[in-house]
Amino acid sequence: MKHRLSLQRYLVLLAVMLTASVGDTLLSHGMTQVGPISLHNIGMLFVALRNPWVITGILCLLGFFASYLSALSWADLTFVLPATAFGYVVVALLSRFWLHEQISIYRWLGIVLIVCGVGFVANGPSLTEHAPHPGADIDPLIANTPEPNA
Amino acid sequence: MNGHTAGPLFTWATILSVAITAVAGDVLTAGAMRRLGDLDLIRAKSGLMGAIKAVVSSPMFLLGVLCMALSFFTLLLTLSHVDVSLAAPASASLTFIGNAFAAKFFLHENVDRRRWFAAIFVCIGVALLAN
Repeated sequence: MKHRLSLQRYLVLLAVMLTASVGDTLLSHGMTQVGPISLHNIGMLFVALRNPWVITGILCLLGFFASYLSALSWADLTFVLPATAFGYVVVALLSRFWLHEQISIYRWLGIVLIVCGVGFVANGPSLTEHAPHPGADIDPLIANTPEPNA
Repeated sequence: MNGHTAGPLFTWATILSVAITAVAGDVLTAGAMRRLGDLDLIRAKSGLMGAIKAVVSSPMFLLGVLCMALSFFTLLLTLSHVDVSLAAPASASLTFIGNAFAAKFFLHENVDRRRWFAAIFVCIGVALLAN
């Protein structure tokens, strides 16, 4: 059985991609405002929780968590994870075309690599079919699936 | 630059702690969701509240969330000492590779050549993107 995903499930994966990177960016912005925290003033972490950027970032990450859990309930961890990395690409492209920041050749290479990685996985099955016998580690049906060129 | 207070040992110890706790959190939550089964089916049967209740009453899930919270606070601690351009991609890259191994050995996922390449490509890509 091939695991093809419905449109609704692709939308959940899209939410996984976007909310994580937006949330991380907001958190990062908030933490630069809060300043350094050391083991000696660990209570400062709770001060950080009152920063509006940190709060918005956490709300975004809660949305991420809900969509991530939903995705994990019908897809493999190694299928969902590359999708989260795609968010970095979105942020980099936004900063290039919206904020007109320069992107170095290394960054473009990074973007290409992540897109390839996501492409590899997206072309494969989304869920491991576990063979009925515990001894059979690799399902031959999946292992022999011809690889489409990504 | 705000990384002037952290030595290399502290830097890499915190980055490694972030990655290890993140992998533990991901694998435990993924394992819990795999045991529960398709959330869409649970939601269709017992509503959104039923689905939420099913998730939060799983001990494996709660342990996973504990690991994720630990990872989150370790990351906050790390970010206040180490430059975000090092800490974020380094811990993310290590987490991707760690997760591919952990998914294979603990979740028995079929991590085929395609997924190994994806994990390695994404790992390098994330590191390059932060340069």
